[in-house]
Amino acid sequence: MENISAQITQVAPLEHYILLSAVLFSLGVLGVLLRRNVIIMFMSIELMLNACNLLLAAFSAFHSSAAGQIFVFFIMIVAAAEVAVGLAIIVMIYRNIHSIDINELSKLKW
Amino acid sequence: MTQFLFYFLSFVAVSAGLMVITAKNPVHSVLYLIIAFFAIAGHYILLNAQFLAIVHIIVYAGAIMVLFLSVIMLLNLNKDNEPAKSNVLKLAAVVAAGLLLVTFSGTLKGTESIIASQPFDDQIGYVKALGKVLFNDFLLPFEVSALLLLSAIIGAVVLVKHDLK
Repeated sequence: MENISAQITQVAPLEHYILLSAVLFSLGVLGVLLRRNVIIMFMSIELMLNACNLLLAAFSAFHSSAAGQIFVFFIMIVAAAEVAVGLAIIVMIYRNIHSIDINELSKLKW
Repeated sequence: MTQFLFYFLSFVAVSAGLMVITAKNPVHSVLYLIIAFFAIAGHYILLNAQFLAIVHIIVYAGAIMVLFLSVIMLLNLNKDNEPAKSNVLKLAAVVAAGLLLVTFSGTLKGTESIIASQPFDDQIGYVKALGKVLFNDFLLPFEVSALLLLSAIIGAVVLVKHDLK
């Protein structure tokens, strides 16, 4: 374990973590743009949050700083709160218009 | 070995993420997203962040995805009746997301000089060290996030309640 710094750089260089997070984030953006089901768009947002979390954890490990991991923890808390309220809103929408198609929700569109 | 594990987990995460946004059935999307979350938890373990890996599995796979699944079951959405967007819109979405990926890839320039800092502290991801940091430096944000969760619970209950009398 005394040579763990070399081990971490051996697992993968930092740019591979950045690339992986960028790909996951872009997949999330693609999901939001591509789908019309509100729940799947919501899942894509979760995917984007996880890409950010992974990148924060990678930077935290590479800089030997615990603050990054604490921030990942806080992002998880906010994601949990967001999912609770968001799914409640989706249930409410379904109850009112009997659909979760995003194109039905165009009342605020000008 | 660990290097192989990194690329294997990356492949699993990206392909599961791709399946999330292409699967027709929302239940399949949820299951693929759980696979992606487990792959990301494996990445946390590779980064020596055990606490994050455990919390990630408990919170995401254990709580959030169960919430998604129960809402899908509740609304009886487990069939693919989603109308597809037009091909022009799909092409525009793919082009926009691809351009975003290209933009992000621009940040890679210069990062090859970043190496792990010396001396490396291999204890930061453990519960003991993280708990000390959390309850010393980040005590106020921690308490505020507890309030946030409480308000989220109340907000969810108020939203789905039929008549607020």
